[in-house]
Amino acid sequence: MADAVAKPPRVTRRRTGGPPRRLPYLLIAPAGLLMLGFIAYPMLSVLYYSLQHYNVTKPWRNGWAGFANFTRVFTDDPQFWDTLVFSGKWVVTEVLLQLLLGLALALLVNQTFLGRGLARALVFSPWAVSGVLTTTIWMLLYNPSTGISRYLADAGIGTYGTSVLSDTGTVFWAAVVAELWRGVPFFAILILADLQSIPGDLYEAASVDGAGRARRFFHITLPHLKDAIILSTLLRGVWEFNNVDLLYTLTGGGPAGQTTTLPLYVANTGINGHDFGYASALTTVAFVILLFCSILYLRLSKFGGDTT
Amino acid sequence: MTTALAEQGTPPAPAAAPPPAARAKRRRGLDQGVPRWQIYLPLCLYLLFTLVPFYWMLLFALRPAGSNALVPWPVTGEHFQKVWNERSFGIFFQNSMIVGVASLVMTTAVALAGGYALARFDFRAKKGFMLALLASQFIPGALMLVPLFEIFKNLQMINSLGSVVIAETVFQLPLSIILISGFIKNVPVSLEEQAWVDGCGRFRAFCAVVLPLLRPGLIAVGSFAFVHSWNHFLFALMFLSSQDKQTIPVGLNTLIGADSVDLGALAAGGVIAAVPVVIVFAFIQKWLITGFSAGAVKG
Repeated sequence: MADAVAKPPRVTRRRTGGPPRRLPYLLIAPAGLLMLGFIAYPMLSVLYYSLQHYNVTKPWRNGWAGFANFTRVFTDDPQFWDTLVFSGKWVVTEVLLQLLLGLALALLVNQTFLGRGLARALVFSPWAVSGVLTTTIWMLLYNPSTGISRYLADAGIGTYGTSVLSDTGTVFWAAVVAELWRGVPFFAILILADLQSIPGDLYEAASVDGAGRARRFFHITLPHLKDAIILSTLLRGVWEFNNVDLLYTLTGGGPAGQTTTLPLYVANTGINGHDFGYASALTTVAFVILLFCSILYLRLSKFGGDTT
Repeated sequence: MTTALAEQGTPPAPAAAPPPAARAKRRRGLDQGVPRWQIYLPLCLYLLFTLVPFYWMLLFALRPAGSNALVPWPVTGEHFQKVWNERSFGIFFQNSMIVGVASLVMTTAVALAGGYALARFDFRAKKGFMLALLASQFIPGALMLVPLFEIFKNLQMINSLGSVVIAETVFQLPLSIILISGFIKNVPVSLEEQAWVDGCGRFRAFCAVVLPLLRPGLIAVGSFAFVHSWNHFLFALMFLSSQDKQTIPVGLNTLIGADSVDLGALAAGGVIAAVPVVIVFAFIQKWLITGFSAGAVKG
């Protein structure tokens, strides 16, 4: 990556007159400044706030707090543990199901068949849809009086007036299905992109040697996809953990806090509860957990281990 | 290969014998000899899962209030009129467009510069910059709301679309830079060098030689940026306080949260929200897969 690029600057020095040593820095300056100002600085202020009592509604208490906020997170906040457990359950379920369905879908639309282009466009289309729009669509489907369940009840399946979103027994799976609907295409697109880089001769050679479909899949396709799968599950896991759009609008974290993830809890604490200090401590903890899990995952999965 | 086909059970051949070109095409398929029904059956099931929700939204948007028909007939425009005029979706649409296009332009321009630096130069801060780009992927936007809110308050940008544009751009940048540098690496340096020899400056050579070759990649990255900021909800919800500054996702959320949900209006609002991204998606669809394989995974 780095070795092929040393040459050009010397030529430019003659051509443009400007000292090219500064050029790369000039080029990354806009991106760098934006990220310093709007990612790094806010991140540092989160760290700073986490050590403060900072609550807009209780200004008389504001000031240095030391580790009081963190002590509260770990020893005095059962809701934190609940949201952490739910986050874990949410991320693992979503990523696992999205991976399996996405892989199946990618293998499917990688075949040659009539109408493939159209089929691809259609099955990938929910990828472009947002959390709130997903919510809108699934609210209409889940509506107890005019949604799918009513028509199913008309046909003799199930009962009238079931609201999957207000029942603690079904709300988790109702949210999971809605998120799957728009999440599977992401996996399918990434995996399909990687599938297309597998040389066809490999399969031909394998079939000549008498390898069946299952063996070709496990000995050629899967090993080749390994890094793409690790990377996309990691990215998606981080995203499913962080993203609050869908749950915020679909369930609002309810019923009875059953679907509140840690980031959603943070948003509620900070924005609605105005307790910025405590929200910042929660943020810091969430970030550390996320980073720890990601590193652990990369280590355990031996990412990039056998490519070089 | 033909034997392999035979061993696995020949697919039910199409009624007419396929022309040789089509046949050759089929052989190039990844896993030869899959029976057709094993493709079409799961595909149809998955299509059902994908399309029924879309259809349901269209159904509610187009059929008159109170109707229970499963086919939207007679078609009515009442819900659209209502959300567009009474629920100010006209203004939301305009605001979303401004945010979407502005962050598209900013993201692409800034990422183009950064991506070029990463692809073509070796400089001391390069490793650190790459690391920062990757690390930023782990920072949750939702968790940064509080400090970002304070920053924009200090900049007196609360309740201006600019705050949302900046926030969307910043969180789109890392991935866009990585993608674009991947695309630039695919353009041979020798092409640029030739232009320098012909007397172009670096900038002119870049515009004349590299930029045209980057077009598919830029369209992909720009579209991601547009779709992302069109869809994103939290920044607009938090930074824009007055209703005439709001964007479509926030407008949809107010319809969802209303005490008695007007399902027709909600569905019509959903269709309005979906139309631009569907158009963009249809437009970039063919570059989507190559875009990902060129930039993201192998960068």
